[in-house]
Amino acid sequence: MEKNSKKDRKILMREHGIPNTFEFANLLDGSSVWSFEKFKKGFSVKIVRETPDKFELEFDLIGCNAALANAFRRILLSEVPTIAIEKVYMFNNTSIIQDEVLSHRLGLIPLKAHPKVLEWPAGEWKQDEVDQQSTLSFELKVTCKKNPQAPKDARRPSDIYLHHNVYSSDIKWVPLGEQHLLHPDGAKKFGPIHDDILIAKMRPGHEIHAQLYAVKGIGKDHAKFSPVATAAYRLLPDIEIVKEVTGEAAERLQSCFSPGVIDVKVSQGIKKAVVKDARYESCSRNFFRHDDLKDCIKLSRIADHFIFTVESVGALPSSTIFIEAVEVLKEKCKTFLSELEEIA
Amino acid sequence: MGSRRHVGPNDISAASKIDAKKFTKNVQNIEDKWKLVPAFLKGKGLVKQHIDSFNYFINVEIKKIVQATGKVFSNEDPNFFLRYVNVSVGTPDIPVTYQETRESSPHECRLRDLNYSAPITVDIEYMRGQQRKSSKNLLIGRMPIMLRSSNCTLYNKSSFQLAKLNECPLDPGGYFIINGQEKVILIQEQMLRNRIILEDDGKNCITASVNSATQERKTKTNVIGKAGKYYLKHNIFQDNIPIVVIFKAMGIVCDQEIVQLIGTEEIFMKKIAASLEECHSLNIQGQLQALKYLINKRKLKRELGRVSGSKSSIIDEMRDTLASNVLSHVPVIDFNFKLKATYLALMVRKVMIAQIDGKLIDDRDYYGNKRLELAGSLLALMFEDLFKRFNNDLKAVADKNIPKVKAAQFDITSYMTNNSVITNGLANAISSGNWTIKRFRMERHGMTQVLCRLSYISALGHMTKVNSQFEKTRKVSGPRSLQPSQWGMMCPSDTPEGEGCGLIKNLALMTHITTEIEEQPVIDTAFTLGVESVNSLGGQEIISQDVYMVFLNGNILGTVKDHHRFVNVFRKLRRRGLVDQFVSIYPQHQHKCVQISADGGRLCRPYIIVERCEPLVNQKHLKQMQQGIRSFDDFLDEGLVEYLDVNEENDSFIAFNESYIKEDTTHLEIEPFTLLGVCAGLVAYPHHNQSPRNTYQCAMGKQAMGTIAYNQRNRIDTLMYNLVYPHAPMVKTKTIELTNFDKLPAGQNAIVAVMSYSGYDIEDALILNKASIDRGYGRCLVYRNSKCVLKKYPNQNKDIINGPTFSNNKVIPKHEALDSDGIAAPGQKVEFRSVMVNKSSPITCTASVVTDGKPTSDYKDVPNVYKNSVPAYVEKAMISTNTDNLFLVKLLLRQTRRPEIGDKFSSRHGQKGVTGLIVEQEDMPFNDSGICPDMIMNPHGFPSRMTVGKIIELLAGKAGVLKGKFHYGTAFGGSKVEDICEELANHDFNYLGKDVFYSGLTGEPLDAYIYSGPVSILVLQHQTEVYQTHHNQLIVICSKVYYQKLKHMVQDKMHARARGPRAVLTRQPTEGRSKDGGLRLGEMERDCLIGYGASMMLIERLMISSDSFDVDVCNNCGLMAYSGYCHACRTSPVSTITMPYACKLLFQELQSMNIVARLTLKNYCQ
Repeated sequence: MEKNSKKDRKILMREHGIPNTFEFANLLDGSSVWSFEKFKKGFSVKIVRETPDKFELEFDLIGCNAALANAFRRILLSEVPTIAIEKVYMFNNTSIIQDEVLSHRLGLIPLKAHPKVLEWPAGEWKQDEVDQQSTLSFELKVTCKKNPQAPKDARRPSDIYLHHNVYSSDIKWVPLGEQHLLHPDGAKKFGPIHDDILIAKMRPGHEIHAQLYAVKGIGKDHAKFSPVATAAYRLLPDIEIVKEVTGEAAERLQSCFSPGVIDVKVSQGIKKAVVKDARYESCSRNFFRHDDLKDCIKLSRIADHFIFTVESVGALPSSTIFIEAVEVLKEKCKTFLSELEEIA
Repeated sequence: MGSRRHVGPNDISAASKIDAKKFTKNVQNIEDKWKLVPAFLKGKGLVKQHIDSFNYFINVEIKKIVQATGKVFSNEDPNFFLRYVNVSVGTPDIPVTYQETRESSPHECRLRDLNYSAPITVDIEYMRGQQRKSSKNLLIGRMPIMLRSSNCTLYNKSSFQLAKLNECPLDPGGYFIINGQEKVILIQEQMLRNRIILEDDGKNCITASVNSATQERKTKTNVIGKAGKYYLKHNIFQDNIPIVVIFKAMGIVCDQEIVQLIGTEEIFMKKIAASLEECHSLNIQGQLQALKYLINKRKLKRELGRVSGSKSSIIDEMRDTLASNVLSHVPVIDFNFKLKATYLALMVRKVMIAQIDGKLIDDRDYYGNKRLELAGSLLALMFEDLFKRFNNDLKAVADKNIPKVKAAQFDITSYMTNNSVITNGLANAISSGNWTIKRFRMERHGMTQVLCRLSYISALGHMTKVNSQFEKTRKVSGPRSLQPSQWGMMCPSDTPEGEGCGLIKNLALMTHITTEIEEQPVIDTAFTLGVESVNSLGGQEIISQDVYMVFLNGNILGTVKDHHRFVNVFRKLRRRGLVDQFVSIYPQHQHKCVQISADGGRLCRPYIIVERCEPLVNQKHLKQMQQGIRSFDDFLDEGLVEYLDVNEENDSFIAFNESYIKEDTTHLEIEPFTLLGVCAGLVAYPHHNQSPRNTYQCAMGKQAMGTIAYNQRNRIDTLMYNLVYPHAPMVKTKTIELTNFDKLPAGQNAIVAVMSYSGYDIEDALILNKASIDRGYGRCLVYRNSKCVLKKYPNQNKDIINGPTFSNNKVIPKHEALDSDGIAAPGQKVEFRSVMVNKSSPITCTASVVTDGKPTSDYKDVPNVYKNSVPAYVEKAMISTNTDNLFLVKLLLRQTRRPEIGDKFSSRHGQKGVTGLIVEQEDMPFNDSGICPDMIMNPHGFPSRMTVGKIIELLAGKAGVLKGKFHYGTAFGGSKVEDICEELANHDFNYLGKDVFYSGLTGEPLDAYIYSGPVSILVLQHQTEVYQTHHNQLIVICSKVYYQKLKHMVQDKMHARARGPRAVLTRQPTEGRSKDGGLRLGEMERDCLIGYGASMMLIERLMISSDSFDVDVCNNCGLMAYSGYCHACRTSPVSTITMPYACKLLFQELQSMNIVARLTLKNYCQ
């Protein structure tokens, strides 16, 4: 584990490929016996950036191997539960959009409801009795009409018609059983996150009337249950200027990298390229286009420094989702351990 | 006819060496000259050739036909006559009551299974008794109307008006609607008529043949050069006739005259000598002798019995036959054979020249020697035939009725309006595709096809399809191979694979097909320009060295001295608009003649005229065009652009683009991408692909799912595939915009990573991202219809529809989808065997017992049942009446499908593949920004296919996505790779389009950079081909490629059976999925089992699981016994053995043919 120093944990980015990924393969990484103490010492998490709405989070996982980081990523994508519309009862749909397509679109609308509100659906879906512990109910009822107050020379659909666009804001929560007592502010708490998602377009005489049931589920089952728009990581780039780059070449070099990565310093009238901040380099490797710059730069990435980005769909803050993911992983480990014990 | 001259880069380099300065001036590019193409298409749309041809037929030609055929007389009453004064075709309508009609719309006809046809009315003069009467607007039949033609309801309608009529504004029209079916009359390719074609039969026997075609007859005349002599070969003669005899029969008696007509040069004289000699040895000197000789050689005809008249009448008739049958297109007026003899002499002369110089033999596949027959001319043929039949019917009626004495006087008009010969004849011809015209002994099949509505582009492609008359099964390479003269006329890529390869072609984008042009003005112009008529010249002068012979449509017009001036002035006049723009003129120097063509069916295409190294079209003109002041026709009218047909192209010097303009350049190509057709035009960067790939794409683009038309939701088609979320491709081409493919797209843009994954991706299999599918990628709708007609029977009984059946106050399960009216309600799910229309028919339908005129009350159920195992939903139900005023119920059924393993996809580069595996999103590789591909494609698809175009499409798509714009992949142009790379680099992406990807499984970065980006994908209408083989993951590349989903879907193909129906005769399992058939263990599989020695397995497969049968065999005679007793030898010791039923059947069939097969039995244990 002496390799752990930053210098040696570099994945080299050559012109035509990455020659040394195998050195950092998950399987090879246990060069010495893994110990929790050592891991704890070397491991750190740094929160780098969080948007004010808390839906986008960037943080670093440092000092772990890819397997762990990837496990988090995979769980974030597919195993943290959320709530989404699962069943649609179509009472009337005279719009142009087909029942199945409309239902599919409704399912993909992200809902505000916190997944903890509901329990996991128990068993098969029953048509007649809806379980209020595991289901949220919504209603969509829109009728398009001609606008009686439309200006005479109006031509735009938005002027002549009323409700010609069906938006996600038209989905209204309908409490089931005692849900209205449990959640007095349910209408605000459970509805769609975005109000302006276009569901369908209609013309006078068209009507959509449907009862929607939302349940808890995970992304593995259907992408609509995934809590994140995406969650991914990248390795921290590292740029080393091997040979000094000066003059016009320095500026050219700067343009080959992402903005703010390379700085051109002027000392004694000579422009010189220096690395300012490699973190936001996109690793486009465009300096390989220039024969003179090719050998001046050594581009690499730190194998155990993961820059994680989690973009929440909006039901939960990204940080919460990550913590949930950790919980899920913990739960998995526990299950695994208990199963191991059973064998022993 | 040499190949067309196109200036290549080599020529220009040579030229620039000679005089670089002189030409540099002209190398200015005319920007935006491609905009002439949309201007060209704007006028008439994409299928102008069909519409033009049909318009010509209903507005001009039909009048000529009626005028030419137009009289009916009666044998019974010499005073009786019927004369057609005028004919006109109206606009399509539908009868409402007996008398009234109302305007019909094409969409109504489609939905109600009607004919979209218009009345044909005539003005006539006729005799009624002793009175001369005239009548106007008399209906004689109905003409199916081509959509968007001048008589169509949709003609000149705005998009808004079209939408009101439920019609798609982008639909090109050009087809007919018969019984609710859209029918296209395919363009037919034919050999040139009325021209001399020199052929070599391979035995060094050179023939000059002419296919003459006139209104009355079609004949073929050959002049053969055989063993140093010359003969005429014609259908009416038994043998070859020595050519000199024919001349003499035509009245050219003197040998000197004959020689003068053919040629007085030494070589020609030598060649003809033997023939003259032969004629003398036959002892034929004068015309009479020659004609008598011909009478003897004439093939026996049916009406010969009648010709027992005087000798002179036989001779006169022979002369008449000679005039009308030999070279029938050359007119003979008052038995003046001069023109015909000159023509014949010319043929002889051509054979002689070809004998001297073998190069002069014509290439039959040369496209200038081809003519295309379109809907208009084909319908004209059919109409003429039917109209003649109609008149014969009238004559028969008149003959029958005039002698009868009746209260009311015989009025022919009442028989005209009730005659359905024309109506039915036309409708049947179009709906069956059988063109049977007895007059020409023409019997052609498959002339029409149901318009292929799988996708918008398939419909368009169908309209440009050209069928050739060659037999498809013959293994000939000549007519199949791409001819240089097809440049710009036929799409070089769009042809099917297999038997139709090269025979079925598609028109290029700018091809125009001419309609017939009035000859007289052209003749007048030619004579004014110094052409001298042959009739006033002697043979010597006609073939004189410094004179060119002038032909019009293959007929001799005369001779001209300064052909160069003649051709030039003629062209100038044409550019001025004084001669029709589609008349072509070109000199044939080898034969010393000038050909003027004004016939229909020639292919031509517009070119920019270049004069003195300067294209006449300049920036100013184009600007005016963009402002809308100038239309394409203005360019033609002002002589800036002109149409060239294939033959005239050959006489022109056409520059590919501005930089190739040289001193003697005559024309400039408008835009090179127009040499491709509609289907090939969809391919991005086709000029970077290996040619067969573009051909494959042309076939596949037609089965891509997507959108069909703006009115697709109002249609009730038998089968329709739609994509739920279609995309316009990220990388467009100009053709895509011109054909409106971006408005009615078929396919989606998918982020594709080029890498191997999991081993389920070999042999072109694709890996799909499950999350993408969840979100709607490749999702499609399948529409089918279900039709039901309520019949009426002769005994007043009718079919009825009953409401659903109840039992215990609940609707029985199979009637659950039914509404209270007994027709499935919209929105209802229909499952296997559920009833969609609860129809009942009366048990007695024959008119035998009419019980007081009341219908019987006994009905049996004949419900319309859903027969698919996968349930569907009812989208809509239509209730209407059809042509026969019977109730018609049509249901539209819908299925929604998401992609599954085995579904077929393709990119736009002939790279199809099936889904090999659907992978969870977390298992997909992802890049730095967290993007994971929708689709993974194996890189092994590239090296052997060489579809570089796809690689560039991916790169351009990626750059386009980053910048938020469409890139162009137009053929011979489009966005340059350098620029695209620069754009990628500017957006902080690798300039090669390769990114770092991390494995979704291990989380480690992949060894290789992955080429990835958006690609347009066609979702094909899918196929089951599941591949399961293992392979190591290695290379990775990621971007956007347009993918098409193809129509082959697993759901439509999957099939298995354990036990099931058997064929009646052989008792073997039936064949095919539709009949729930068995899976065949074929010969080759059988061979394998034999090879293994698996005899019991063979018995099990071929007998026990198929048609095993127990028979009793008589132990004595070896014949098959019946229930333990042999009826042949009347004894009972029999043994029971098992054999295939087919074997038993064979024995019995043999027996019936008096062959007895006896089975000798032996104990198994001995």
